[in-house]
Amino acid sequence: MRTVAVVGASLAGLSAVRSLRKQGYDGRLVVIGDELHRPYDRPPLSKEFLAGTIGEADLALETDDEDLRAEWLLGTRATGLDRTDRAVRLADGSEVRADGVVIATGAAARTLPGSEGLAGVHVVRTLDDARTLRDELARGGRLVVIGGGFIGAEVASTAYALGLDVTVVEAAPTPLAGPLGETMGAIVTALHTDHGVRLLCGVGVKGLSGEHQVDAVLLQDGRSIPADIVVVGVGARPCVEWLEGSGVELDNGVKCGSDGRTSLAGVVAVGDCANWYDPRTGAHRRVEHWTGALERPAAAVATLLAGGAVEPGLPRPPYFWSDQYGVKIQFVGHAAGADSVTIEEGSAEDRNVLAVYRRAGEPVAVLGMNQPRLFTRWRKQLARPAS
Amino acid sequence: MMIPACPLADLPRGEAFRLETDPPVTVFHTDDGELFAIDDTCTHQDASLADGWVEGCWVECPLHASKFNLKTGEVDAPPAKLPVRTHEVVVQDGMIYVQLSTAAPNLPHCVTARLAGALA
Ligand SMILES: Cc1cc2nc3c(=O)[nH]c(=O)nc-3n(C[C@H](O)[C@H](O)[C@H](O)COP(=O)(O)OP(=O)(O)OC[C@H]3O[C@@H](n4cnc5c(N)ncnc54)[C@H](O)[C@@H]3O)c2cc1C
Ligand code: FES
Repeated sequence: MRTVAVVGASLAGLSAVRSLRKQGYDGRLVVIGDELHRPYDRPPLSKEFLAGTIGEADLALETDDEDLRAEWLLGTRATGLDRTDRAVRLADGSEVRADGVVIATGAAARTLPGSEGLAGVHVVRTLDDARTLRDELARGGRLVVIGGGFIGAEVASTAYALGLDVTVVEAAPTPLAGPLGETMGAIVTALHTDHGVRLLCGVGVKGLSGEHQVDAVLLQDGRSIPADIVVVGVGARPCVEWLEGSGVELDNGVKCGSDGRTSLAGVVAVGDCANWYDPRTGAHRRVEHWTGALERPAAAVATLLAGGAVEPGLPRPPYFWSDQYGVKIQFVGHAAGADSVTIEEGSAEDRNVLAVYRRAGEPVAVLGMNQPRLFTRWRKQLARPAS
Repeated sequence: MMIPACPLADLPRGEAFRLETDPPVTVFHTDDGELFAIDDTCTHQDASLADGWVEGCWVECPLHASKFNLKTGEVDAPPAKLPVRTHEVVVQDGMIYVQLSTAAPNLPHCVTARLAGALA
């Protein structure tokens, strides 16, 4: 292999580059990323960075003395992949021919149709998004967060700490019921009301009102919630349009094996854009978690370098964390398959719980709220191959 | 400074003992029977490495999974970027002692800010 192209210059792309060098790949390495920035860390964008307690330099994912011997084509969008000579087409009309391609284009924030061009309306995915929102939050006012998922909840918590008047609007009856299940979703979501943040559930958003600047969020039930700032946190979609027609099988992102191999030889996918096969559940899943984007590229790169001739190992169960209102939330595994959930330590009232999800008596997922020690033990246990 | 930690007999393999020094230090007894002492606070944020996941001579931070080498203090991957301080461990008459390093610790931003706040 003489040239490897990594498309997407964020966490998963950088991890792939590091893994390539660590696993002895010595050839040409081209990293293509459409943002202008060197790889940076996204989780703080809704937390410490948004709060203004850390700055841009703190977000860097590379260390100062790191030399990965890669060519960085930043501010450059990939527009296509040619399967015959594995060439990545770029927006300026040029192309990068490669023997191996790592797809790491991540995900982009979903927006609210009809909100384009209205000042005061934000999503939070990129550094540029977070910068603008941070500056607006610093001016104070009424914030309405549309979507009670993790990113929406974190923005609400950060804005609350900054002293804004915050309302969270969620279409589902219980926010976070998808990832955490009804019972625990309700307990985590209660953090909002504990702090006097208004939570409106089970009601959809009809639209936004305002001439040039947003002034209210209009709900399906006819209510109108006054707003100076609106944050839309309604999830993310995988950035895979550029692969249409390339022969790489797409299905909710890039459909791939547990080691990232795609339907095309010499092409692997990693991070938020990858819908990978999870042997633990026997199904494909696209997870948008930091730790997976960091860890899984090692296996994908091993597969790429070996021409697919390695047996994929058992990946660790998906893990993520979230920080809200000073509570450290951690989750590992799959809540969807569970038939019971029990609080094994702490209490829901104190927002300090270690909850274990089981299916037919076997633990399949664990949630921790301010329980890092016990949580780590459970995470370790869950990672063991089933006996 | 030599600080007594705990009797070796009280620290089984795979366990960690946290000393409430300032900043706190943790002694790890690995599965292979080696003893190491490092600063307890992760260099990324306020997490206690004593709560972490030990494998070989690495401890994985309980929050965001950066791993620190127990021998050298080096960090493997982000989000943490700075190494932790290491300290020498001495066992005398069945007692574990820690010889505190005189190097400056790499405390995370939030902890330094809190300490500064406490002083102000
Ligand atoms: C605000 C926020 C908070 C988060 N908090 C947490 C948290 O607390 N815990 C947790 O586990 N996870 C969290 N996450 C999720 C975590 O950040 C992601 O899982 C991680 O960033 C995924 O990395 P990635 O490299 O796969 O994708 P991304 O980080 O999305 O990077 C993909 C890169 O590819 C670029 N790209 C896209 N299309 C193209 C193209 N055609 N050509 C060239 N480049 C392209 C994009 O611009 C981007 O730079 C958070 C995410 C956000 C946005
Ligand atoms: S607190 Fe240790 S890696 Fe983040």
